Amino acid sequence: MEKNLNLSLKVWRQKNAKDKGQFETYKVNDISTDMSFLEMFDVLNERLIVEGKEPIAFDHDCREGICGMCSMFINGRPHGPKQGITTCQLHMRSFNDGDTIVVEPWRASPFPVIKDLVVDRTAFDRIISAGGFISINTGNAQDANALPIPKDDADESFAAASCIGCGACVAACKNASAMLFVSAKVSQFALLPQGQPERKQRVMEMVAQMDSEGFGSCTNTGACSAECPKEISLTHIARMNRDYISAELSSAK
Amino acid sequence: MNWVTKMFSSSLGQKFIMALTGLFLCTFLVIHMIGNLQLFKSDFGLAFNTYAVFMTTFPLIKVVSYLLYASVLFHAFKGFMLVAKNRKARPVKYAVQDGAANSHWTSRSMGLLGTIILLFIVVHMKNFWYEYKFGHEIGYTAYIQDIHKDTLVSQAMEPSYTQVKKIEEVNYSNESGQYHVTIVKDLYKEVAVEFKEWWLVALYVLCMFAVAFHLYHGFQSAFQTFGINHSKFNGLINFIGIWFFSVIIPASFAAMPLFFFFK
Repeated sequence: MEKNLNLSLKVWRQKNAKDKGQFETYKVNDISTDMSFLEMFDVLNERLIVEGKEPIAFDHDCREGICGMCSMFINGRPHGPKQGITTCQLHMRSFNDGDTIVVEPWRASPFPVIKDLVVDRTAFDRIISAGGFISINTGNAQDANALPIPKDDADESFAAASCIGCGACVAACKNASAMLFVSAKVSQFALLPQGQPERKQRVMEMVAQMDSEGFGSCTNTGACSAECPKEISLTHIARMNRDYISAELSSAK
Repeated sequence: MNWVTKMFSSSLGQKFIMALTGLFLCTFLVIHMIGNLQLFKSDFGLAFNTYAVFMTTFPLIKVVSYLLYASVLFHAFKGFMLVAKNRKARPVKYAVQDGAANSHWTSRSMGLLGTIILLFIVVHMKNFWYEYKFGHEIGYTAYIQDIHKDTLVSQAMEPSYTQVKKIEEVNYSNESGQYHVTIVKDLYKEVAVEFKEWWLVALYVLCMFAVAFHLYHGFQSAFQTFGINHSKFNGLINFIGIWFFSVIIPASFAAMPLFFFFK
């Protein structure tokens, strides 16, 4: 078994959206390398509660990498130093004894801080509401093979649909752009026959909503894809780019 | 809102124009580089000076050049606007941000590299374009070609010499042979004189690094913005972007001031 860790945590503390906020440093000792990053925060919070202090607020839910709730900008990277994982899947064996770890909330004007490390990501929900759905209002689900879909298309659509909406793409992007998220949500339908009737309208409305939320524009740095826990590809951004221009040029509206 | 205005004011539409003007400027660089290779000819600048006249008088080139000036200004202006907008999207900066972990530094420095290039364009146009078109420094040179012996001599005209047309050509013959004489504004000499200044040469070479790094990201990025990201074409796009636009083109341009400095 590896030796337990003693660490310094520099954590962003902010009472509420209006508070200015500041970093506070906490020492945590005897941290097992088998703990997840969130479990380490649980240990710290237990201690803060016992000491009568306010525990650190952070988002979490499933703790198995599929809900997209956990955020945390750890040592300059969303979800910490590893690729293709969420913060709950980050284990303390990725750190060394004596490390100082800086933990910040996602920083983007459309993601205002609610408290400490918790940010408001409802901007994503509004983008989905603007067009990230298919309108089927009645009846049962069809037989699975009633619509022939090429395996490659189904796979690529599924890869796009694996986006958990965590916001790491926005957090990582130097422009706080939401292009990877929006393009995944556009692509998952654009690749399937069920998505075709609303394809043009969907991309135009989702892009318009994305812009009105105040996300930055895309510089194609690729930081989003590199930091995405689901490793969503930049090809989806390219698809959204061509879908958007062709939709604007060819749609009735 | 009109659909055209709506399209081009969206974040995607603005990037589309950046990519479009950017690639147009890339095609200009190819022409500019190929044309300027004539500086390396050992003809006292005859070919280069004749080419300079063609580039400033041929109507189609003139039309394209105005489109070019507009593209430079638009690309720069839009670039600054996008940088400002993107900064606004993150009003509170991270205390620690490890950009190198997930992206290439050129892609994160397009605004800075672009600004260097814009300033370079201003200096460059003052040095040559302005002097050629409006300045009084550049004199005329006569090139006397012996048609039979295939020899060439050049003779600078008096500083006060001037002519209506930018280029005058006459044939004449005497007892010693047949000659073709070309009298043309000597931009070549201006180039040769300017590039004897070490600091100007250093500035030009450094700015070509900015061009190289800007295009290292910019060329392939423009295709991504157009929606062209496909395993069948990415290899070719990256190859052209890296080897042609960020190595061969800037290196060829950088070779020109160095050539005259060490000549």
